[in-house]
Amino acid sequence: MAIELKMPALSPTMEEGTLAKWLVKEGDSVSAGDILAEIETDKATMEFEAVDEGTIGQIVVPEGTENVKVGEVIATMAGEGDDAASKPAASQNANSDNVAGEGKDVGRGSEPATGGAKAIVASNEANAPTPAHDPEVPEGTAMVTVTVREALRDAMAEEMRADDRVFVMGEEVAQYQGAYKVTQGLLDEFGPKRVIDTPITEYGFAGIGTGAAMGGLRPIVEFMTFNFAMQAIDHIINSAAKTNYMSGGQMRCPIVFRGPNGAASRVGAQHSQNYGPWYASVPGLIVIAPYDAADAKGLLKAAIRSEDPVVFLENELVYGRSFELPDMDDFVLPIGKARIVREGGDVTIVSYSIGVGFALEAAERLGEEGIDAEVIDLRTLRPLDKETVLASLAKTNRLIVAEEGWPTCSISSEIVSICMEEGFDYLDAPVLRVTDEDVPLPYAANLEAMALIDADKIVTAAKKVCYRD
Amino acid sequence: MAKPASKRKTPAASTVQSAPKAAVKSVASNRSRAAKNEAEPDNDSALRSLQEEHQKQPRYEASDEELLRFYEQMLLIRRFEERAGQLYGLGLIGGFCHLYIGQEAVAIGLQSALDNDRDSVITGYRDHGHMLAYGIDPRIIMAELTGREAGISKGKGGSMHMFSTEHNFYGGHGIVGAQVSLGGGLALGHQYRDDGGLCLAYFGDGAANQGQVYETFNMASLWKLPIVFAIENNQYAMGTAVKRSSAETEFYRRGTAFRIPGMDVNGMDVLEVRQAAEVAFKHAREGNGPVLLELNTYRYRGHSMSDPAKYRTREEVQDQREHNDPIERAKKELVERGKTEDELKEIDKRIRATVSEAADFAENSPEPEAAELYTDVLVGKY
Repeated sequence: MAIELKMPALSPTMEEGTLAKWLVKEGDSVSAGDILAEIETDKATMEFEAVDEGTIGQIVVPEGTENVKVGEVIATMAGEGDDAASKPAASQNANSDNVAGEGKDVGRGSEPATGGAKAIVASNEANAPTPAHDPEVPEGTAMVTVTVREALRDAMAEEMRADDRVFVMGEEVAQYQGAYKVTQGLLDEFGPKRVIDTPITEYGFAGIGTGAAMGGLRPIVEFMTFNFAMQAIDHIINSAAKTNYMSGGQMRCPIVFRGPNGAASRVGAQHSQNYGPWYASVPGLIVIAPYDAADAKGLLKAAIRSEDPVVFLENELVYGRSFELPDMDDFVLPIGKARIVREGGDVTIVSYSIGVGFALEAAERLGEEGIDAEVIDLRTLRPLDKETVLASLAKTNRLIVAEEGWPTCSISSEIVSICMEEGFDYLDAPVLRVTDEDVPLPYAANLEAMALIDADKIVTAAKKVCYRD
Repeated sequence: MAKPASKRKTPAASTVQSAPKAAVKSVASNRSRAAKNEAEPDNDSALRSLQEEHQKQPRYEASDEELLRFYEQMLLIRRFEERAGQLYGLGLIGGFCHLYIGQEAVAIGLQSALDNDRDSVITGYRDHGHMLAYGIDPRIIMAELTGREAGISKGKGGSMHMFSTEHNFYGGHGIVGAQVSLGGGLALGHQYRDDGGLCLAYFGDGAANQGQVYETFNMASLWKLPIVFAIENNQYAMGTAVKRSSAETEFYRRGTAFRIPGMDVNGMDVLEVRQAAEVAFKHAREGNGPVLLELNTYRYRGHSMSDPAKYRTREEVQDQREHNDPIERAKKELVERGKTEDELKEIDKRIRATVSEAADFAENSPEPEAAELYTDVLVGKY
């Protein structure tokens, strides 16, 4: 019985990839460690190694095939000796498990859709709900389809072309082309003076970036993820956010701290946290957390131009999603303005970042049940656009907040406070929070899915405030 | 008992000390040769070269006018800080107030060697002296201490948070050690703009144990940033003596692991500090990367105004005042060069008047308008 070689996941969030090249052919004998194939994704190229000895049986997926799903059988291999049939099943599993490599998530493809976050992410990745066009774009503007990753890169490149004070620094931003490939191509265009690889030393390089901003440059400091920015939070808050005030307006700090934020996929508690509420509590900071590509580009450009320090929170799971983006020479969006991504009259769902995708999905399903939901993407967490939230509440009289993050002292809590203090007379039902569970994020797939928000939870809460449960 | 100014070793002694160390190193490098691409040869002499240059000629040859100016500037800091201490006692200055008394030669010696058109300075919270060393109006510094509208930060920064972008003085930072990496950023700016400037980043012996200091050493040396790290070793991190907090108490050697040359300087003699600055600034300005200066000094007053001073004896402080005072040293030298007691008294009188005027101004200036509470949080309108 042949061993099935399955398409490996090269990163925790990889869903599919290109089988770029086979380095073996049918009938070849291979031993453990031999390179069998090269796999490519939009982020990286990786080599696929054999973990056992054996003979390549059939190559199922030919080289050059794109969009091969993780877990799909790409070849078969006969085990050592003729008596392959006696190999226990567990060993086969071990084989495919091991080849999956870093961040492997075997079984993801065959896992029954239990309503978990993962299944929803997969469906969103393939067919992300498209929000309404931004109101700031003139009618008739042509649209192009780009990923969030490309939009962020383009925003940086355009601003770097326009202003030679702008530079980017961080771990792996230059030669490696970005740990998540957000800075891809920037080194080639702008050179090592303006695209600076740093050692793994967040506190130090956040301080250096902040000092450079105080001295008149316009740094973009990339954190590989915001989890690592915990080491640097002193400079973000004590050095960057407070300087202008402490100096009586003399000394500015125009800097952008950016990188992925929030839960990724199966990376455990220390790598899965939403820092939006942390930074949004700090006077002196601008905090932006966009969802789609247009907002990512327009707001990152605005952030780089801002005279104030900006924390720009991205989301790894959204990097690869494609959206339409207005094809304009200089597409800049206003900081501090929320956007109504879906209009509706029955209930308002306020969200930001990856939560917007879940909210749009929930809104579609609510629509099927006769509930017309309005979805607001906050986009900027500080300063918060209270007016848009309150105007929507005045229209729908029912509001819930969907946030991929903890419930306690959250953006959701803040929205609830605003509704209580300034929108009490509009309320026909209590404002509900739909958030992650109040636990460190677990590793196990089932527990992780239970801990994170998803569209189901949003649908349930929306129905509850409509008294339709 | 700490003897800051006299701890410098003779060159012969340091050569003897380094001999066994070199032997150990060569064994280590043999063992790891396979793992390294192309290890640079141990070149410890490069790390010592600036110190040796400093030892060859430790003191700056100041003209009479220069020495007189240094004396006046140090005296201004001394009198200003004495008055700040009084105002604190009267309740006119609140919160934390860290006085620079005893350390005056460091700021004056270093800052007198700067190119003020190009260079930048950053320090921690003991910052009044560094502001005065720039010749910034003592009235607006004192008014900041009393929290008045006319203060250099409109009364919103206080003793620890003063800035003057006009003078390329970037504060005034209250988190111990933060100014070191911020200074690295200022130096990156000089290099980026290729403006020929350097950053002088001051910090204390206490801050020298912070992790971010070494993160900055690494990047500054790796990228050859034009920065001079100036450790003001005043012997105590708040109440903790250097030897109780530091495994390596010779701070000028702390850059060795990052290939940053160090210099061990008597921080109680303004001319030695000035000469060390000449050597260090030249090195950094010529694109050779950072220099680490250890300025051995002594603070006569408490860490802040609320310091009970139980960690050292009165005699120790008295000993420093009597035998090592930087202002007395300069005064003695001025007299030797022909200044009369009367002339020096006249200077002291003039400085006291300046300080009194600053104190009156600071006391009588109005507090900030209530509307100032909400200004300067953000620059932009969103």
